[in-house]
Amino acid sequence: MKILIVDDSSTMRRILKTQLASLGVNDIIEASNGEEALTVLQNNMPVDIIMLDWNMPVMDGLTFLKTLRKNNQYNQVKVIMCTSESEKTRVVEAIKEGATNYIVKPFTPEIIKDKLGL
Amino acid sequence: MKVEYINPYIISTIDTFKLMIKIDVKPDKPLLKQGNEPLYDISGIIGLSGNAQGAISLSFPKIVALKTISAMIGSEIKIIGPEITDGIGELVNIIAGNAKQHLTEYHLNISLPNVIVGKDHYVSSPSGIPTIIVPFKCEFGDFAMEVSLKTV
Repeated sequence: MKILIVDDSSTMRRILKTQLASLGVNDIIEASNGEEALTVLQNNMPVDIIMLDWNMPVMDGLTFLKTLRKNNQYNQVKVIMCTSESEKTRVVEAIKEGATNYIVKPFTPEIIKDKLGL
Repeated sequence: MKVEYINPYIISTIDTFKLMIKIDVKPDKPLLKQGNEPLYDISGIIGLSGNAQGAISLSFPKIVALKTISAMIGSEIKIIGPEITDGIGELVNIIAGNAKQHLTEYHLNISLPNVIVGKDHYVSSPSGIPTIIVPFKCEFGDFAMEVSLKTV
């Protein structure tokens, strides 16, 4: 399984990598914003899951998600939002644009395991 | 400023430290910022906009910031640098974002975080908006949250 972590915080990317490694996932690539993620994704397919932050500079998570879902090449890629945006309206908005699941920060390793189906 | 504005941020701070840093933090009595409060070494600040405007900040002494972010990432960091500033920024981002679910009527948007590093600095509040300071205590030491929020 290959996972792409998209988050502008290097701290959060590091935390997620550690938690994913503890769950047996070690094939992990990273991007710090949506625009960078599009390039990383294109050069590293196949990717199974994208863990996607919402608020990022350059290109935010929702814009990235909308762009991703317009490209049939990425139809099989699951997108798990991983964000501090906690309102139900945000959850609905992300699912509507093609997110597979939604994690609200702060989270525990158990939540990661459950939401990713690991 | 209404007390119900503050409670979501206090709860969010307690929950975030519990889940991400695995420590308990205890809030002291909130007080209105007057301008003569303790000074800090590192602060993370996020702007709030929407049907209410203002800002939220978390301010730490150096040693408390080092211990907090070291615990957050699971590795000891000994100096204030990019890892600490990024960690403080992410911490205030999580707290600000998580509190939004309890303030839905204000349709708040949060900015990207800014982090200020400088010994004995203070955070100047938005002009014309009352600021509430919530002191916190934890096993790493004391830190403070400041919330300025005014309905538009």
